[in-house]
Amino acid sequence: MTDLAATQLGTTQLGIDSAWAVYGVGVLLVIGGAFGVVLQRNPVHCALSLVVTIFGIALLFIDQGANFLAAVQIIVYGGAIVILFLFVIMLLGVDRKEARAQQKLRSLTPVAIVVALVALVELLVLTRVHYWATGASASTESLSGPGTDVQKLGQTIFTGYLLPFEMTSALLVIAVVAAAVLARRSTTQGAAGPPRKAAPVTRVLPRGPEAPAPSSPSPSSPSPSSSSPESSPDVAPAPTPAEAAGPKAVAK
Amino acid sequence: MSVPGPWYLVLAACLFGIGATGLFVRRNILVMYMCIELMLNAVNLTFVTFARMLNDVGGEDAVFFVLVVAAAEVVVGLGIIVAIYRRRTGATADDINSLKG
Repeated sequence: MTDLAATQLGTTQLGIDSAWAVYGVGVLLVIGGAFGVVLQRNPVHCALSLVVTIFGIALLFIDQGANFLAAVQIIVYGGAIVILFLFVIMLLGVDRKEARAQQKLRSLTPVAIVVALVALVELLVLTRVHYWATGASASTESLSGPGTDVQKLGQTIFTGYLLPFEMTSALLVIAVVAAAVLARRSTTQGAAGPPRKAAPVTRVLPRGPEAPAPSSPSPSSPSPSSSSPESSPDVAPAPTPAEAAGPKAVAK
Repeated sequence: MSVPGPWYLVLAACLFGIGATGLFVRRNILVMYMCIELMLNAVNLTFVTFARMLNDVGGEDAVFFVLVVAAAEVVVGLGIIVAIYRRRTGATADDINSLKG
């Protein structure tokens, strides 16, 4: 009897210890990765440290029974967002070290650290009340009932949170369109940059054919027709300086 | 059997503070975005912890939506960053002061 109690005590003790060990590993991953993001100067190393933090968060998710969210966390954050960051870093070529001496607001760095520490202490003091979690228990749906977490998650999302779920699909479409517009506008600007010098050339070239064109009808009709073709080239080049000045004004 | 919830909340608060510090301190726009991701992850951890403490699925639903919004935010934000860097290369957050009077 005592032997059984001892083994039960031992297993529970082992369980608690292993839970604390998992939590400790999660804390190491999360805090270490976060400090890596903040302190490392190479943006590529920052992105890799962010991966470490994300894996630590996913570990803590699994520790708390949110298996589906841990998988989504690794797939979406580690597999999509960080890769997107790395793509942008490599494409833009900003993977060189940040020159801290050239920072204009360098004197404000201690102030920023103090402000963040004050915010952290305030957050910890605010949560240092007797009741850590206040509110109704299991108001949406119980988490500890039968069934897996993904089952309950899907059930609540597709019944109670159906309208927000549909709105997120609209949000994703808007984000895709916005990203395409942002990328395309810059490419058309890049394409409009070189033709900006070519545009007056193409406008000048029609002016050449227009100048002989009035000269050929000018013998048939002496003065009024010659004045009107002269006025029409005067009107025709008028848009060209405006259009030539337009992109410059936009560029400024 | 598991670690009590307040420990996770304290860890999430520390992670949020580290992310906020990085957002204030760093000048590289991409690294500032990564610090925002740190803060979002801290909030996600808080949501999951409260879902466990209150025995409620609503917290995990919130994390699901936060993930979707974070993905959309990163797509649009990185598009803006690419547009900025195409105009002026090597720009930090201090250099983007076109709206300054």
